[in-house]
Amino acid sequence: MTAAADRLERLLSLVPWLRTHPGASMAAAAEAFGTTEKAIGADIDLLFCCGLPGGGPGDLIDFAFEGDTVTVLDPQLLDRPLRLDGDEALALLVAVRALADVVGLSERDALERVAAKLEAAVGAGPQVTVVPAEADPATLGRVREGLAQGRQLHLAYLAAARDEVTERDVDPMRVLMRDGNWYLEAYCHRAEAVRLFRVDRIDAVRLLDSPAAPPPDAAVRDDSAGLFVASPDQLLVELELEPSAAWVAEYYPCEEVREQPGGRLRVGLRTSDPHWVRSLVLRLGGGARVLSPPELADDVRTWAAQALAAYDGRAR
Amino acid sequence: MSQGKSERLVNLTMALMATSRYVTVEEIARLVDGYDPPNGDVSDPAFRRMFERDKEQLRELGIPVETGPVDPLYGDDLGYRIRRGDYALPPLQLEPDEAAALGLAARFWSSAELASASASALRKLAAGGVDTVTPVGFEARVDAADPAFAPLTEAVRTRRVVTFPYRRPGAEEAVRRVEPWGVVSRRRNWYVVGRDQDRGAERVFRLSRITGPVRLEGEVGAYAIPADVDLRAAVSEAAPAEPTATARIRLADGAGTRLRRRGTMAGDVLELPYADDERLAEELLGYGPAAVVLEPESLRDEVVRRLRAVLDRAS
Repeated sequence: MTAAADRLERLLSLVPWLRTHPGASMAAAAEAFGTTEKAIGADIDLLFCCGLPGGGPGDLIDFAFEGDTVTVLDPQLLDRPLRLDGDEALALLVAVRALADVVGLSERDALERVAAKLEAAVGAGPQVTVVPAEADPATLGRVREGLAQGRQLHLAYLAAARDEVTERDVDPMRVLMRDGNWYLEAYCHRAEAVRLFRVDRIDAVRLLDSPAAPPPDAAVRDDSAGLFVASPDQLLVELELEPSAAWVAEYYPCEEVREQPGGRLRVGLRTSDPHWVRSLVLRLGGGARVLSPPELADDVRTWAAQALAAYDGRAR
Repeated sequence: MSQGKSERLVNLTMALMATSRYVTVEEIARLVDGYDPPNGDVSDPAFRRMFERDKEQLRELGIPVETGPVDPLYGDDLGYRIRRGDYALPPLQLEPDEAAALGLAARFWSSAELASASASALRKLAAGGVDTVTPVGFEARVDAADPAFAPLTEAVRTRRVVTFPYRRPGAEEAVRRVEPWGVVSRRRNWYVVGRDQDRGAERVFRLSRITGPVRLEGEVGAYAIPADVDLRAAVSEAAPAEPTATARIRLADGAGTRLRRRGTMAGDVLELPYADDERLAEELLGYGPAAVVLEPESLRDEVVRRLRAVLDRAS
């Protein structure tokens, strides 16, 4: 939307907002509209001159000022906000419906009521659905409880790539749903660093009495570009994928995807865990091969040969 | 936008709301502050252009400017009006727990267009008296940055046929002609579900495989969306089948944490109920030498076949 349209929208919303927030300060109005007090002041000056045809004193929008607060004396016809447009209704409704579908949220019932009220007010909108990530309701609930109460959590967490369950105390910092998974971001006292934990890999979680107190320099990650941003200090693995394994290029964030003869793809994948790639290549059962680094290619060969050796003489 | 133009547009909105009948452009020029056609001549081209642009701008913002005959009996002259009931957001009363719940949804979209649509929607609700608080430490976010998203939702809204170039992995690009029923996201992917006109059947297309612009073609309301369309079902993975057999798998010490949860251990052997050789073989290969199939033979052969394929490809 252009700046001009933004301003007009704000002008039309400001009068009803001031009506429903009587005695609000200019600062509060600026915050609600995501702008400066100066801009709100200029808006009010402009609206002062607007009114119904005729332009007599009784036809104009009228305000009263008292200290830092402003009150609408006469809104003329601008006493209600403009209805939501198609995109606005869609953005809110799809989000509310998706969250109402998350089994582990204690707010589900309230979200369903909000969805019904929104639909009654703005219509059901087009068929757009987000299927939310699934998580064990009890685990998700307890993790959020720890966060809300500022308490430490004890986790039994499955480190999948290493195939082991680890025990740790963490200070919860935030709960996220991204890319089809729920995560807990927390300061981990075992790793002595901020870590992301997939909620579906938390085997058991217990609320501790001790308060969560992450060190002052512990910060949640900047995820504006995605939760997992490949970094140059991660290992770059080059894979060649058969058509049967082409889904890998769509499923995992790959750096470079080049097409090869025969429908094959050549992709670059960044990882901090080469063991994970080794498992992936074996699971693909011949659908992929490691081009580089050569040590990883060797590792895959050795590992597959060891696995095969266990069947010696017993396989037909 | 100049101060004068903003003021004129606010005045125009109010003037069109103040009337129950359609008002002519002559009346608008006379009554609304900011319109001053030279010598009062409303056929002046510069004035007409300005008025047309203003009207368009109100409509782009979603203000329902209606056009209709000034005189219902001699319907030649057209005029304009805005019905207040169409303009205004209907009253919405939320309980405190509902307002808090709505806050969870406030920052749902991480892509710019829907994020800003959702922010302006919440500002309108706030202007109507519904205030939400964005919770701290809770971020359920979904991305809809795919360029095909906006035209496809528009097509679903207006029920117009779309065409787009589409390419499945390992196949040639082809133009598809589709009646879109709905747009749905699952895990990190967006899909459009609809009736493929050339194949005459329901199909699911992944937005990331659309390789060019989505074109809306033909009439509005060109088809009906089936009442029983189930978008979630269309994109859900087939549920795992009921177990029909039991595998015996030797596990290395401490290995196979996730496997162990689905079966029972006897010594170092896991007895695991399962349904499908290929599915389980794929999973077991991820454990390498740490999981060795003892029984049944069919599963063991499948694992061995795949291990040989890995080695063939690797050398």
